[in-house]
Amino acid sequence: MPKAFRAAAGMTGLGLLLLVMGAAIFGPFLAPYDPQTFHPADRLQGPSAAHWLGTDQFGRDLLSRLLNGAPSTVFFGLGATLLGVGAGSIIGVIAGTAGGWIDSVIMRILDGLLAVPELLFTLLIVTFLGGGMGQAMLAVAIAFTPGMARIARSSVLSIRTREYVLAAVARGERSHYIVLREVLPNAVGPIIVEATIRVAFAIMIGATLGFLGLGAQPPSTEWGLMVAEARQFMFRNAWTVAVPGVAIAMAAMGFNLFGDALRDSLDPRRSR
Amino acid sequence: MTLGYLVRRLLAVILVLFVVTFAVFAITMILPGNAAVMILGEYGTDEAVAALESRLGLNRPWYIQYLDWIGGILQGDLGQSLRLSLPVADVVGDAFWNSASLAVTALVSVTVIAIPLGVLAAIKRGTVADLIIGMFSYIGASMPEFVTATLLLIFLAGPALGLFPAGGFVSLGESVGGFSSHVVLPAATLGLILTAHISRQVRSEMSEVLSSDYIRAARLKGLRERRVIRRHALPNSLAPAVAVISLDIGYLLGGIIVVEEIFAWPGLGRLLIYALENRDLPVIQAITLVLATVYALSNLLSDIVIAILDPRVRYA
Repeated sequence: MPKAFRAAAGMTGLGLLLLVMGAAIFGPFLAPYDPQTFHPADRLQGPSAAHWLGTDQFGRDLLSRLLNGAPSTVFFGLGATLLGVGAGSIIGVIAGTAGGWIDSVIMRILDGLLAVPELLFTLLIVTFLGGGMGQAMLAVAIAFTPGMARIARSSVLSIRTREYVLAAVARGERSHYIVLREVLPNAVGPIIVEATIRVAFAIMIGATLGFLGLGAQPPSTEWGLMVAEARQFMFRNAWTVAVPGVAIAMAAMGFNLFGDALRDSLDPRRSR
Repeated sequence: MTLGYLVRRLLAVILVLFVVTFAVFAITMILPGNAAVMILGEYGTDEAVAALESRLGLNRPWYIQYLDWIGGILQGDLGQSLRLSLPVADVVGDAFWNSASLAVTALVSVTVIAIPLGVLAAIKRGTVADLIIGMFSYIGASMPEFVTATLLLIFLAGPALGLFPAGGFVSLGESVGGFSSHVVLPAATLGLILTAHISRQVRSEMSEVLSSDYIRAARLKGLRERRVIRRHALPNSLAPAVAVISLDIGYLLGGIIVVEEIFAWPGLGRLLIYALENRDLPVIQAITLVLATVYALSNLLSDIVIAILDPRVRYA
């Protein structure tokens, strides 16, 4: 995309990100109604002055439910990614700096784990851990680990032979100094970019697990669960599923756009 | 392509699948739900549970169960479904072909749509067409399958239009028309996210190629733009496109789990959810192994295709 488009895309991403993070932090305090109280007289309404985004099958205000579900949806993505990136980076840096048979063994195991589609991997682990928010978050983190380890490793490998690292080796620095002070800070860029885009993916998987009944449990207003609970009524009032569905897409899109903008600014070759 | 290259890649695939069998077995072995308890229901006595466990061999040490399982697979025996009392091979086999018909339909449509879209965006770089394709690809890449499916259902299967059935399955053998009308919505759901991803990758590869020296040389020779694109740019951006598509098969195989569940498509994904709910270990293990095998083989196939398309890989 030419510069103007890219700048606009990056700003859109940042805007969505701020909106979504704002909803996640302040949402529950801003909600105009209680998200759980039934108002049978107002059920399945479209948007109005009283209910900006309409109401669900029990007459609950959709905007209030959305705002209350924002933390569990967004922080799920952030938490799962952070755990997966942390674990993956440690494994990748160990493989990349150790080299030799340690590297070979780790890589063969990662190859095997990467052959299992991520969603399938997540489902297997969630079943093993039992459904629920924390379990689902851990499962996504474990499923992300092999991919992140691979990226961290290749990032480390490309830096290991740079002059400043060789210089540190020649100076006789200790290996943990070299890893922590020379290699790691320079390997962080690609890891952060990948992590940002992964948050989008984690939000989508988290919502999918909620939708399948394996993630957040009622009475949570996690957005995937909101779609699942309203599905029966979707032909009578499309708002009940469209509101949480579009909210999930907006959250994921914010992280996708922002991650790509971050990548462009870190790697000028890609911004042509 | 040298024979050595092929053999090396094939050995790598076998090693990968071996790791997969071990990982799957490790995960399913530590599943907390006791399969015997789940089969017998809440009224199963302790003695009945113990008897069923010993009949199914669930009380043996895990490594014996693992070796037994691997030995069976090598002889083409995937064991018996705990829940359905049928051979796993039969249950999974039927589901496999149903899934394959959906996945192939989705993949072919995606390839036919995404590559021209990406090429168009690269050629028309900086125009409104590029912007629209770019926006579409971001929206597509940000919608989980269940959201896309739900929105498609509301608009195309709802009482307003009712163009397509809201779910269900007719096999190709029964009726081509029935299959087609049932496959549209699930295939479109799977296709959206893949089209978004692949077209974006093709666009970026093509842009890179278009700004290379040999394209400038071809233009300076006075070749017409169409010829430059078709003979010089397109062939050189195809190999990366194949690589992207083969990686996206991983997404596709994950996506069918959700999509089949929503549209009641009797494939591997729906069977997997059923098996997970019922802790039907042999079925869970078999499906995971099948999906990983398909993924590994499709990566192998794409490596071969890339080697054919790109001489640099072949002679490396």
